[in-house]
Amino acid sequence: MYGLGILGGMLITLKNMFRTPFTIQYPEQEIPRASRFRGEEFSWYEERCTGCASCAKFCPLGIIKIVTTPGGINMQEGESYSVDTFDIDIGRCMFCGLCVEACPYDALFMGSGFERSKYRRSSLVIPIEELKSSEKRPSTWFRPQLEAKEYNPQKDQDLSWDEVGR
Amino acid sequence: MGPITEANSYYSSLYKFFLDLEVGGVDIIPEWLAYFLAGFLVIFSIVNAVVIITTVATWAERRLIGRFHNRLGPNRWGPFGLFTPIADAVKLLGKEDTRPEGVDSWIFNMAPIVFIVPTILVFAVIPIGENTYIANLNIGLLFIVAVTTVGTLGMFMGGWASGNRFSLFGAMRAVASLISYEVPMVLSIVGVVLLSGSLSMVEVVEAQTIPFIFLQPLGFFIFFAAASAEMNRSPFDVVEAESEIIAGYHTEYSGMKWGTFQLAEFIAPFGVSAILVTMFLKGWEGPVLPSHLWFFLKVCFFWFIMLWIRATLPRLRIDQIMAFAWKILFPLSVLNLFVTALELLIWKDPTVSELWMMAGINWTIAIVCLVVISRAGRSRISTRPMLFARSEISYNQSGEVN
Repeated sequence: MYGLGILGGMLITLKNMFRTPFTIQYPEQEIPRASRFRGEEFSWYEERCTGCASCAKFCPLGIIKIVTTPGGINMQEGESYSVDTFDIDIGRCMFCGLCVEACPYDALFMGSGFERSKYRRSSLVIPIEELKSSEKRPSTWFRPQLEAKEYNPQKDQDLSWDEVGR
Repeated sequence: MGPITEANSYYSSLYKFFLDLEVGGVDIIPEWLAYFLAGFLVIFSIVNAVVIITTVATWAERRLIGRFHNRLGPNRWGPFGLFTPIADAVKLLGKEDTRPEGVDSWIFNMAPIVFIVPTILVFAVIPIGENTYIANLNIGLLFIVAVTTVGTLGMFMGGWASGNRFSLFGAMRAVASLISYEVPMVLSIVGVVLLSGSLSMVEVVEAQTIPFIFLQPLGFFIFFAAASAEMNRSPFDVVEAESEIIAGYHTEYSGMKWGTFQLAEFIAPFGVSAILVTMFLKGWEGPVLPSHLWFFLKVCFFWFIMLWIRATLPRLRIDQIMAFAWKILFPLSVLNLFVTALELLIWKDPTVSELWMMAGINWTIAIVCLVVISRAGRSRISTRPMLFARSEISYNQSGEVN
């Protein structure tokens, strides 16, 4: 009434003008993500993996393809299977994290990235070579031991296989 | 360009420069050519200044509206995104010039030109600084009113020739709002003319011993609102309401034809601000700083306020716009004209103290009008469509049909 509503509205926009903008300039700036963020790149530790295929079994979508042969060496258990194929089809993954929960040897971890944009569906599959060579920045999802160390996958260093165990 | 006088300093000095230009003691430029060249240079520089300032203003507008909305606005190309208008222009020039089937191509192609020329023509009579203007017409204000109206013809031509119903709707809305708002706008101008005793923009500036915004608060408000409506600025931008009729009259345009429409729409706020400054804010007059800078600062101030309103207020419905024009602005402008005329009848040749008394009376009237209209028109004017839905149905307190 009396045009005061209009003045009030205009005052609000004027106040907005002197506020820090809400915008985050994405490629240059990033929103800090929680350390339990379930990201697209998986951290897989070959040394810890026995090839038991629990992850593949528990995956609700069946997108983990694992092929093993006898005769591998596990750092904890001694003899184990050697893993020949370990493909994760990220294009169909729903990031439930059940594979990570299922892993009895803490060999598989969620990642913290979200930038796997590709032109083809086939290139969304993470092959074993990439899992072996990629940076090991495990998310602390379902890994209380990492959380206890206050590990932050976005800030801290890569972790080697003997640092991530329970 | 009018006669060559000392009052017209830039023009006359250019004229003298060209006339005195000699090569080996021989005059190379005859009188008529010097006259033409001087005039051409002044017109060329002012028109280009307007267009270039507007181009920068598109960037500034998007940036500022971004800040008003707590965003950043365009900032990728150049420092602070300053080259964005250039990128826009290149993009528009490179676009395919599409033309839908069944279009009246003559009118379709002419419409952008008819739309942009009047918006630039306005600057012909506006004194943009001390002794700086293209023409000192003795009917300057009348010229402005006459010329700006032609722009709506361009809009209607575009809407009609497109052969598209949305375009036609936009055009019809433009014409409707022009017809409605032209009346209060002209009546509010008459108040200024009464006070200054002249239609010439130069003399209007000289007549302002105190800025007319103090003497004509109602007139200022009416002119501001009516001009915003006529140039289809928010909150009166139903002509191109995206949520209702796509882009209104320029739905079918693309490339630089669309760009011309858009350029004219971005020039219009500057034109209106310049008229407002000249009529109500003492034009180019101001202490210390040079007159051209004063004029530019004042224009930018009004432009900023228009931008601020655009960033804040939501769009009105077409019937609300019509109701606002005929039920509020029109009576107010008549009242303003009547009061001003009466005051000038009492004080024939007002001194400064008498002018301040007039200002006091006018402000009191303005505030009383605001209170009365807010109280009386609150429930009736804006809550339900009156213009088209006037029927025998009556509503009770809770909005149900009796």
